[in-house]
Amino acid sequence: MRELSLHILDVVENGITAGAGRIEIRVEESLAADRLKLTVRDDGPGMPPEKASNPEDPFITSRTTRRVGLGLSLLAAAARRCEGDLTVAAEPGRGTEVAAVFRHSHIDRAPLGDVAATLAMLIIGNPHIDFAYSHTVDGDEFSLDTRELSEGGADLSDPGTVRLVEQGIREALATMNRNSGREETSHAQADH
Amino acid sequence: MPKLTIDDLKRIKEETTKATALRHDGEVRIKITVHMGTCGIAAGAREVMKSLMAEMAEADRQDIRVVTSGCMGMCSSEPNITVEVIDSEPIVYQHMDANRTRQVFRRHVLQGEVQTDFALAKL
Ligand SMILES: Nc1ncnc2c1ncn2[C@@H]1O[C@H](COP(=O)(O)OP(=O)(O)O)[C@@H](O)[C@H]1O
Ligand SMILES: [Mg+2]
Repeated sequence: MRELSLHILDVVENGITAGAGRIEIRVEESLAADRLKLTVRDDGPGMPPEKASNPEDPFITSRTTRRVGLGLSLLAAAARRCEGDLTVAAEPGRGTEVAAVFRHSHIDRAPLGDVAATLAMLIIGNPHIDFAYSHTVDGDEFSLDTRELSEGGADLSDPGTVRLVEQGIREALATMNRNSGREETSHAQADH
Repeated sequence: MPKLTIDDLKRIKEETTKATALRHDGEVRIKITVHMGTCGIAAGAREVMKSLMAEMAEADRQDIRVVTSGCMGMCSSEPNITVEVIDSEPIVYQHMDANRTRQVFRRHVLQGEVQTDFALAKL
């Protein structure tokens, strides 16, 4: 995938397909340690143990529409190419946590890409699921929780409202990037 | 760096000219589904969704819903979207991009003209 945020979208879709009600997404950038970690955690039924211990094996899939499952194997390959790895922790009935680590400065590391658009589409497309997002760059943090926004009176099934959320994320991440002294990753590049 | 709050949303809303309701109810008459498997995502489903959201905000129609769902298994024709108008058969559109999506939204969703050139099949 061209952007890490598209991998995030894909891994989150797995949790949604599995029946999760709440999904937490974490992006941790440590410039000091030259490390970038993506974590997606859901409260679904838990990835089958066979897949959890071999996430890069494309032939383990519960889908019936096609013989191979590509999402996790693609992410594992991307992480390994960047001196990182993919790990899965799953507990039957309690949920799944997928974590991918990359060397931050690795030449093959895809840019984070348009996180704001990714979250916006998850929110609008899945009104019954709660999403929490947190993003740290060294000591700086930005977070959001759709449940809190809904409880505060935001109608997240309304596209206009979700666009406000998207813009809020975009602004916050731009500020965080500026604070860390770079103009990197969180803005959409042209897709071609 | 703080949390995104309702107050942030209100502030952004005040800063943007187009007013949007913070709450609404009503009957859904048209459902648009964006299919979101790995292939669809890699092929550009997020851009399709983005253009749908922009069209939705513009149209400001409470009876239209956009949802996402998993892969349909038709990887070679991704990104796919399905348009379901109440009391009509669902139409699946294939190889969608931002422009085709805009056209389908404006002609089919808003005006009821199925865009047969882009249609994959009737389900
Ligand atoms: N969050 C999850 N919860 C439960 N099962 C999961 C989860 N993520 C992945 N799986 C299982 O792992 C399989 C492979 O996932 P993936 O590599 O994304 O391919 P695909 O989604 O195309 O099947 C899925 O079919 C599913 O059985
Ligand atoms: Mg998948």
